[in-house]
Amino acid sequence: MNLLYVSPSPHTSSTMTTSRIMACVLVALMPTAIAGCLNFGLRAALVLFVSTASAVVYEGLCRVLMKREQTILDGSAAVTGLLLGLNLPATIPLWQVMIGSFTAIVLVKQLFGGLGQNFANPAIVGRIVMLISFSSAMTTWQAPHSDAVVSATPLVSGNASYWDLFLGNTAGCIGETCAAAILLGGLYLCLRGIVQPVIPAAFLGTAALCSLAAGDDPLYQLLAGGMLLGAVFMATDYVTTPVTTGGKVIFGIGCGLLTFVIRQYGGYPEGVSFAILLMNLVTPLIDRLTVVRPFGAVRQKQEAKDHA
Amino acid sequence: MADAETSCSLRQELCKGLIRENPTLVGLLGMCPTLAVTQEAKNALGMGIATTLVLIGSNVVISLLRRVIPQAVKLPCYIVIIAGFVTMVEFLLHGFVPELYTALGTFLSLITVNCIILGRAELFACKHTVIRSALDGAGMGLGFTLALLLVGSVRELFGAGTLFGISVMEQNAVSVLTLAPGGFFVLGCVIALVNRIAHREPPRTAGCTGCPNAATCAASKGGCSQ
Repeated sequence: MNLLYVSPSPHTSSTMTTSRIMACVLVALMPTAIAGCLNFGLRAALVLFVSTASAVVYEGLCRVLMKREQTILDGSAAVTGLLLGLNLPATIPLWQVMIGSFTAIVLVKQLFGGLGQNFANPAIVGRIVMLISFSSAMTTWQAPHSDAVVSATPLVSGNASYWDLFLGNTAGCIGETCAAAILLGGLYLCLRGIVQPVIPAAFLGTAALCSLAAGDDPLYQLLAGGMLLGAVFMATDYVTTPVTTGGKVIFGIGCGLLTFVIRQYGGYPEGVSFAILLMNLVTPLIDRLTVVRPFGAVRQKQEAKDHA
Repeated sequence: MADAETSCSLRQELCKGLIRENPTLVGLLGMCPTLAVTQEAKNALGMGIATTLVLIGSNVVISLLRRVIPQAVKLPCYIVIIAGFVTMVEFLLHGFVPELYTALGTFLSLITVNCIILGRAELFACKHTVIRSALDGAGMGLGFTLALLLVGSVRELFGAGTLFGISVMEQNAVSVLTLAPGGFFVLGCVIALVNRIAHREPPRTAGCTGCPNAATCAASKGGCSQ
């Protein structure tokens, strides 16, 4: 006799687990990390290593101390650590890197319940806390391929060629200078289906349009500073961005607009991380605005009014 | 026997405010001064002591007047009494420690609306004797001072690298801690720590000393399982 089995949803399953997604993101970050090390030398590699390793260690310690399931192996801590490292200048003292990754992993991620519960992108908050705390160390940049310390990014000096910006031959944070490597990683993520290009497109498009309207060179504004790195790797985090495509468009536009406003009128030369953090905070609101109507559902507003 | 019990519970009135019923860290009252004046340990200590003085004074006077104040206008009466003590403390600080007076600024006058003080007046002083009210005020005030000092020391030490103005590790300061977000970080961590200490698993068998039901309780000989 054939029995009819009824099981609750979801009915589809996927082999894409958290650790696989994180592994893909790590692979996508590799070109950027390698380009950063090539540009800024061994010291950059050391910063990346310390930020990644300390993030993983904090994650492990936290889970042990909080008596929760061990989550080191899902790779999310390594991604956060590596992203944080890519957002730092190569000359930063290592103890400051450890404080940044402590903020990211312990304060922002684990204290709020671990992966999936963090209200903001941990790497972004780590970077912002460091930027506010160690402002001189965080804005002292090394010139590429030399030990000379320069203090202006192309965003401030405004005199780098497109080609230099594309290949990363400028001063800046380890991971933000080489546009080619970031685009390569972003392309890989899109092809693997890990991220949809909606947020980066909306982010970069809005910023370009705004700079065009303000009379700036839009291509220069996109390539200089951390906008590409932020748009491709930071603004596409699953946890802290809206779920629906419509929400993602709103999120991306908000990021682009805020970045433009901070760069143009704010006290800081770079506004990408602040813009993404602010949009992270309004993500729950965007999600509520863009709730998808279930298939076949009827609008109930009129009915509710009648009952009232 | 009765004397021993009374002195024991009097000590409790004083001690409960320090950790177990700490107004700031357990009751989460008076958050405004806790966050606003704790960039430096010195200011935090000054604020704590000033509040303690006001709290003891207002508790004593309100307890003395508890049968005189009409129920309908008790809150305005409490506020006037508290404001009177705040003004006295303000003049004292202005006269003797002008430096602290300037550092605390408007937050000194705002002690008047600190909800710890009004809370103790409303919850305790208007129902208890003068001595108990004074001890309660002292205990709550010391608890508040302790909390402020703790938050202030951590913020000053790690945020500015100094402690009571003495340089300890200025090279290694994390200056976000002296700003508002750092204040919230530190306060959150201190609250978590103190609650961990204060609300550890209660002892399996508690003695009957201090138990309000001791007189009527059937199991008063050997202690109960609560």
